[in-house]
Amino acid sequence: MKKQILEFLKTILIFSFGKFKKFTLRFKKTKTMKDMMIVYYSEAKSARLTGKKVAWITSGGPVEPLLAMGIIPVYPENYGAMIGASKMGGGLCEKAEAMGYSSDLCSYARADIACATINGGPLQGLPKPDMLVCCNNICGTVLKWYEVQARYFNVPLFILDTPICHTEYTPEIAKYVRSQFDEYFAFLESACKRKFNYDRLNEVLLRSFQTQVLWQEILDTTTNKPSPMTAFDAFFHMALIVTLRGTPEVIDYYTALLATMKERVTRGIGAVPNEKYRLLWDNIPIWHRMKWLSQKFASQSACLVADTYTSAWCGTLKYVSGDNPIDSLAEVYTRIYLNIGVDEMAKMIIAMIDKYDVDGLVLHSNRSCKPYSFGQLDIQRIVEQERGIPCLMIEADMADERSFSESQISTRIDAFMEIIKEREETSKK
Amino acid sequence: MLTAGIDIGSITAKAAIFEAGKLLATKVIFTGYNAEAAGQKVYEEVLGEACLEKAFIEKIVSTGYGRNSVKFADKSYTEIMCHAAGAHFLNPHIRSIIDIGGQDSKAILLDDNGKVKNFVMNDKCAAGTGRFLEVMARAMEVNLDEFGAMSIKSKQPSKISSLCTVFAESEVISLIAKGEQRQDIIAGIHESIAARVSSMVGRVGIKEPVMITGGVARNIGVVHALEKKLGMKIEVSPYAQVNGAIGAAFLAALL
Ligand code: SF4
Repeated sequence: MKKQILEFLKTILIFSFGKFKKFTLRFKKTKTMKDMMIVYYSEAKSARLTGKKVAWITSGGPVEPLLAMGIIPVYPENYGAMIGASKMGGGLCEKAEAMGYSSDLCSYARADIACATINGGPLQGLPKPDMLVCCNNICGTVLKWYEVQARYFNVPLFILDTPICHTEYTPEIAKYVRSQFDEYFAFLESACKRKFNYDRLNEVLLRSFQTQVLWQEILDTTTNKPSPMTAFDAFFHMALIVTLRGTPEVIDYYTALLATMKERVTRGIGAVPNEKYRLLWDNIPIWHRMKWLSQKFASQSACLVADTYTSAWCGTLKYVSGDNPIDSLAEVYTRIYLNIGVDEMAKMIIAMIDKYDVDGLVLHSNRSCKPYSFGQLDIQRIVEQERGIPCLMIEADMADERSFSESQISTRIDAFMEIIKEREETSKK
Repeated sequence: MLTAGIDIGSITAKAAIFEAGKLLATKVIFTGYNAEAAGQKVYEEVLGEACLEKAFIEKIVSTGYGRNSVKFADKSYTEIMCHAAGAHFLNPHIRSIIDIGGQDSKAILLDDNGKVKNFVMNDKCAAGTGRFLEVMARAMEVNLDEFGAMSIKSKQPSKISSLCTVFAESEVISLIAKGEQRQDIIAGIHESIAARVSSMVGRVGIKEPVMITGGVARNIGVVHALEKKLGMKIEVSPYAQVNGAIGAAFLAALL
């Protein structure tokens, strides 16, 4: 039975990840991403047989306590990205709309809700959850989405409420969030019917922070010119920091990836041949158009060297302190990019513009993700004022391919590149 | 030096011929379903207009959504760049362009040298484009060409609050049923399109002097409504519809 599941998963994963092959850089020795994802999903799929529990968790939710309890975390949003990349988003969203969900609802939520009711989607659907963990540090949508799923699967739901830190992490917020972590541990104890394992948690936390440091180092190799990788590569490699941070295999994987990138830097190999222009990407990738976009930019000698999305999984490292790991955990999860004020977001973007030395900013106004997209016009204005670089806004949706107009987006990108090239020529004169 | 500019839009294909910095001829035809054939045809027709042979033309630039289907062009630029060049050619003082075409509208901000500084496009929705006016003309049973003249007679424009073309159409039908004056309804339609466009324009931070281009620029009612909404004078390009093609021919001379 297990063998059958494995074989089946393998075919499906080759299918969905094959799409990324074009822009993944090959590197030796360690297990490939595909192998690791196959093992991960097959373990989750066979949890019923192995007596393990499965928790569905939001992408910004604290996963470390789950790992400490031996619970397998599953990410509907990561799955949403897979749905998007396999161009199944439109069909699933249509199904959700027929069920009565508004077309304005996030496409990850629509696709996941629809997918749960059918025997389809990539991997023939996600493994059924034993519990749900929802942290609203990324958005308010997840609250209702997880409530819907908790009713549908009839399983317990834990909600971790993280107030928005417009400017700072006040003592009140710290106390409030910290106390919920105790409730979270108690929730896991009752779901697993055993004591919470604090020692394991410390081990997992250590590895999780270590992974985040590694991930940041990998992303920082793109400060080199030419950049050894593009944001499209980062979008691919991020799957592990999202789903499996805190596990030893991921540390091995990222250590090898970092070595490969460093080697490329030493040998002066750029991800985009003849890199001339360096760009920064804001918002979730347009999963169904990764190949098209990566070729579009590369054809203009433009390399997307960094993005605000993949760096969200290590952007809060500065708040980690060794003294009290659980306090740190609370702070780190509360101060993530989507849970801060627009001015703070703009500051982070400006810091990235300087760090990666970019010539322009590309903002994906993502119809699905309101918390990510609503401040973009202000951010654009601030960036234009403070750094004077051209900004481009493209309107699309991360997983619903029905919201994408190729010729219109193509014109906008061409016009944006014309401005960048003109500026370069003028500055040369 | 003789150059040509060819602008393949979603509804019409336009061409212009330049000689030594002077405009010789322009032509507009319907694009139809075959953009490549439309490019050929409009080029041949504009040459006929100027009494020229293909061999005389030294450089050709294509633009518009169909720019890549003009295989005989030496280079293609986006319509953003070409509209900027066209407006700059006609009046070097212009700092902003509002272009309202059949399928999209855009605002372009120019620097002191007439180069594109920033732009914003509305291409997701028919409201705020020529398409919106076409739908309304059908609902009103009035020829679109008469819209401008009729609307300026209005003393009290009707209120149309829907942002969506489909909803606005039913609003217009209910206004007709209520017996509101035609000219008032049409003026209301123009105000609604002006509101849409001005909120888009606000995103680039428009600077005077402003020029309006694109087919809709010929509608005086829309121009007046926009002037009122933005609180500034708007210069109507004498070549509103062919402005992009003029810009393309102008840029071709620089190749
Ligand atoms: S709205 Fe944005 S943050 Fe929330 S689930 Fe959707 S994509 Fe994620």
